[in-house]
Amino acid sequence: MAKKISMLIVDDEESVRDSLYNWFIEDGYDVQSAENAKTALNMIENKAYDIVLADIKMPGMDGLEMLKRIKSIKSDSVVIIMTAFATVDTAVQALKDGAFDYVTKPFDPDDLSHLIRNATKQIVLANENENLRSRIVTLEHVEDLIGNSAPMQAVLKEVERVAVSNASVIITGESGTGKELIARAIHANSPRRFFSMVSVHCGALSESLLESELFGHEKGAFTGAVYNRKGRFEMADSGTIFLDEIATISQKMQIELLRVLESKSFTRVGGNKQISSDFRVICATNKDLKKMVDLGTFREDLYYRLNVVNILIPPLRERREDIPILVDYFIRKYCNAMSRNLMTIEPAALRKLQEFDFPGNVRELENMIERAIVVGNGKEIKVKDLPLSGVAQATPSSVESLDDLEKKHIQIILDKYNWNISRASKALQVDRVTLYNKIKKFDLKQPN
Amino acid sequence: MSLPSVQLIAIGNPEIKILGELSKIVGHEFAVPVNLRTIYMDLNPYFDPTRKQYNGNVLLREIDLNFGNDDTKTIGLFAVDLFIPILTYIFGQAYLNGRSGIASAYRLRNERYGLPGDDEVLKQRFSKEIIHELGHAYGLIHCHTPRCVMQSSTYVEDIDQKKTALCNDCREKLGLVTIKPG
Repeated sequence: MAKKISMLIVDDEESVRDSLYNWFIEDGYDVQSAENAKTALNMIENKAYDIVLADIKMPGMDGLEMLKRIKSIKSDSVVIIMTAFATVDTAVQALKDGAFDYVTKPFDPDDLSHLIRNATKQIVLANENENLRSRIVTLEHVEDLIGNSAPMQAVLKEVERVAVSNASVIITGESGTGKELIARAIHANSPRRFFSMVSVHCGALSESLLESELFGHEKGAFTGAVYNRKGRFEMADSGTIFLDEIATISQKMQIELLRVLESKSFTRVGGNKQISSDFRVICATNKDLKKMVDLGTFREDLYYRLNVVNILIPPLRERREDIPILVDYFIRKYCNAMSRNLMTIEPAALRKLQEFDFPGNVRELENMIERAIVVGNGKEIKVKDLPLSGVAQATPSSVESLDDLEKKHIQIILDKYNWNISRASKALQVDRVTLYNKIKKFDLKQPN
Repeated sequence: MSLPSVQLIAIGNPEIKILGELSKIVGHEFAVPVNLRTIYMDLNPYFDPTRKQYNGNVLLREIDLNFGNDDTKTIGLFAVDLFIPILTYIFGQAYLNGRSGIASAYRLRNERYGLPGDDEVLKQRFSKEIIHELGHAYGLIHCHTPRCVMQSSTYVEDIDQKKTALCNDCREKLGLVTIKPG
């Protein structure tokens, strides 16, 4: 069912308030009224009205001043200014200050109906526009999830399976594997897709900032809190909240978060009113949360509350077979974005990419392709266009175990310092005895 | 369960010739008994000399206060031009889901628009207006179904476009038997 349009009537004359109230209530609007601007502003701070009909001449704050205040609280509010004494100057001022329209009392019934119908149409269109835009953004991001490899297909199946539920999800994966894309895919395929997905990068914010960001704040709660501000939990009402880098939040925030997840209600910083919000929570981390629980740095109760479903995204080096289609996808994406003819990639360059380990995962590959398109000849991406040569391979493709990797690395360092044990141990940041032990363990030999 | 009965209070001799027929049409639409009373009431206190019209808000309050009761839906019928402070005129108004309403025949007469008088047209328009206000008193809001009597009307031409009847959606909301199309 379509949401009822809510309306606030602000006029100091009771008979006007009653007349408008009766008129609009018969039209099926959700109508409330206020006798002065101060009461109206308090009401607007607690509830978002779609349409505000305000008289211009009121004792205390007048309608024009109130209009400015409303616009500073919610810039897209539809405010209609009414007056019994029309002058061109006030009408122009009202429209300049962002009023939707300006009408003179008493109105012709048909004019009033038209005015409200137009305002309603604008509100419906604006809401539709916002919904469509969020859907387009979401779908673009879902398209970005590329991969035919078995591990990636398993992840996509899991996404499809959990999307329809309301369960909390933890997405674990190395940096650059596309954790936020997975979160967006879950949201886009869930029944909550017509509402917002609100992202919070917990790692980027200090504890107090994160608290204000998540819960919102009341005017005057701290220096700089000039207006009431909704928190991310409130914004995510009916939708999804995505908490990136969840492992970075403090112990205090962990307790707060647990409480909110359990009660789905909270108070703004500096406020005392309980606010309820119906959201789904998806978290992401590149840390091993279970290990953090064992070490006592992450609360066990919060871990179990969040970890209803755990999706592990494999690093790119574990799904090398996806590299050719990812390369193809990124070439198309950036050639289109830069309005260039579609480029190709020479087989040698593609082979090099498939051999590379991408510590920065898909993000690194994407950046590499974008750069190659910019610096390349405009027809074919060549090996020289790829910034691979300067990058030390952390894990050559033949290396599989950690021991292999250690052995290979020690060998490289020893060769680099001509088997000077002191300099090599210094570079490796281990003592000489340890290095000798490692040489013995891995049976490393100095070349003749 | 049947709807509360209807009481029509005719004040100031509004179209005495057609009042009986109006009662029948209204009673038939809501399937309720209609009690018609004609009374005298001094309307001078409700006259606004600056607007040369009668205050609909105060009249509605008076009707509700003097004639309204919880078991009946009461509509005051007038022959004078009604206004509310915010609008230049009204055909009628009612308390939504309340016990009273008012309706006026003043702006429904053909003569007001420079046309020859027509009792049949007046009867149709007045019955639609009374049924519309009764609909509000029974709790119905404006309806968007084409030709439903609960559609909002701001001009007399809008009233002529409507039927004298509720659409099936509105009938269903009131628990009335729905009518098969055709």
